[in-house]
Amino acid sequence: MAPGAAGAPGTPVAAGAPGGDFTVKAQVMDPDEVRRALVRIAHEIVEANRGTGDLVVLGIRTRGAPLAERIAAAIASFEGDDLPSGAIDVALYRDDVALRGPRRLESTTVPVDLDGRVVVLVDDVLYTGRTIRAALDAVLDLGRPRAIRLAVLVDRGHRELPIRPDHVGKNLPTAAGEAVRVHVREIDGDDVVLIGEKK
Amino acid sequence: MIKHLLSMDQLSAGDITHILDTAEQLQGVTDRPIKKLPTLRGRTVCNLFYEASTRTRISFELAAKRLSADVINFSADSKSSVAKGESFKDTAWTLEAMGVDAIVVRHGSSGAPQQLSQWATASVINAGDGAHEHPTQALLDLFSMRQRFKDLSDLKVAIVGDIVHSRVARSNIKALVTMGAAVTVCGPPTLIPPGVRSWGVEVSYDLDAILVDLDVCYVLRVQAERQSEQLLPSLREYAALWGLNSKRLAHLPEHALVMHPGPMNRGVEIAADVSESPRSIILDQVANGLAVRMSLLYLMLGRTDDAEVAAGVTGA
Repeated sequence: MAPGAAGAPGTPVAAGAPGGDFTVKAQVMDPDEVRRALVRIAHEIVEANRGTGDLVVLGIRTRGAPLAERIAAAIASFEGDDLPSGAIDVALYRDDVALRGPRRLESTTVPVDLDGRVVVLVDDVLYTGRTIRAALDAVLDLGRPRAIRLAVLVDRGHRELPIRPDHVGKNLPTAAGEAVRVHVREIDGDDVVLIGEKK
Repeated sequence: MIKHLLSMDQLSAGDITHILDTAEQLQGVTDRPIKKLPTLRGRTVCNLFYEASTRTRISFELAAKRLSADVINFSADSKSSVAKGESFKDTAWTLEAMGVDAIVVRHGSSGAPQQLSQWATASVINAGDGAHEHPTQALLDLFSMRQRFKDLSDLKVAIVGDIVHSRVARSNIKALVTMGAAVTVCGPPTLIPPGVRSWGVEVSYDLDAILVDLDVCYVLRVQAERQSEQLLPSLREYAALWGLNSKRLAHLPEHALVMHPGPMNRGVEIAADVSESPRSIILDQVANGLAVRMSLLYLMLGRTDDAEVAAGVTGA
């Protein structure tokens, strides 16, 4: 386990960590499992696309962004050519702005023109599908891709919209009252997937 | 986030930084082919202007439209009910009855936005009230300075001109002092308010003496009517003593910037060639106003008042 991983069952996550009001029940992926899942997703993306032609990998802020970079780096390492990757912030496209109030904005960095490209959206957890709905609108305002695909590290179910992922790291059946937290080393210092209870 | 923005007094250094950071992200939208965001869809913003304005009104209108809010423009001129004698209060109640979410107000009387905020349930944004404040101007000015200088707390800024009557000066002084900048006000003694040092600024009556040590020379508009009020001997004398001309520009440090809130009196407070020099960021100020006002509308209108009620009903 990575140093400092908040993986011990029953340990409350320290305030300031993602979702401070969260008690861990179990660790469902360790750093090696996260790494293997991302490498497999990278291979699946290239296989489904029949090569890297026209591919762009875009991570959804916050934790989708480093995952997208890692997938792009993995593809570059075994296919030999660099893949454009970027990040999008979907806060301005969310349907719960009026309900939850404004979120802190992060930068949207898209390195290439998206017209005619195949965009692979990357996020850490797929849940209701509402973030992805927002991301689809955000991408379509930036250009007209030939296709948009979706890759997620964890699919926890409970969709509220007709959205399905193309590439999944782990299917994780959950109860609605449970919460899933993904830690990525670029932001949280370790790579783990935790399941727990919201307080 | 605050509900009404009436004065820079309401904002801490942290609030200001948050507003400017948000504006920085929103500015990226301006470079895109599709410049509209769906964020404030269904919300209505009313521009209520009792005084003439070009850039502030257009900037607020465009900011609201870029965020998909609906915009109503109301100017208290011969075509409105104000010409028929409708009071400020009745106008406020009319807007209230029509259900607007934000009122952007400019008024000749200091304190008018404050009064309006007590009558209206909508968010009130002060777009300039009398000689009191113009907070969104100060925020866009800070944003423009921050684009060129990373840290506002080290800046040496002179605000030059009619400090007494300037709402721009008042809001900028508060904002800059809050961010830790060193501010000097400079102008004819008749146009420097007594006791201005209590705002945390230095005072100088000699522009040439302070130029060499500035990061920003902020030039205020001089209003011709100050001459008839006998506060100024003549505009020519003003231009000679406090006008920023190319000779004075040469004495500014290499990195120093020239700013002006507009509209300019070329040849009075600023020479035409200075306003168009590469040191002048006057057009950046205008462009940045859009991003800063989008940021404010997003942060202030993002959440609806009845959101908590709605959340309770749906159990979301």
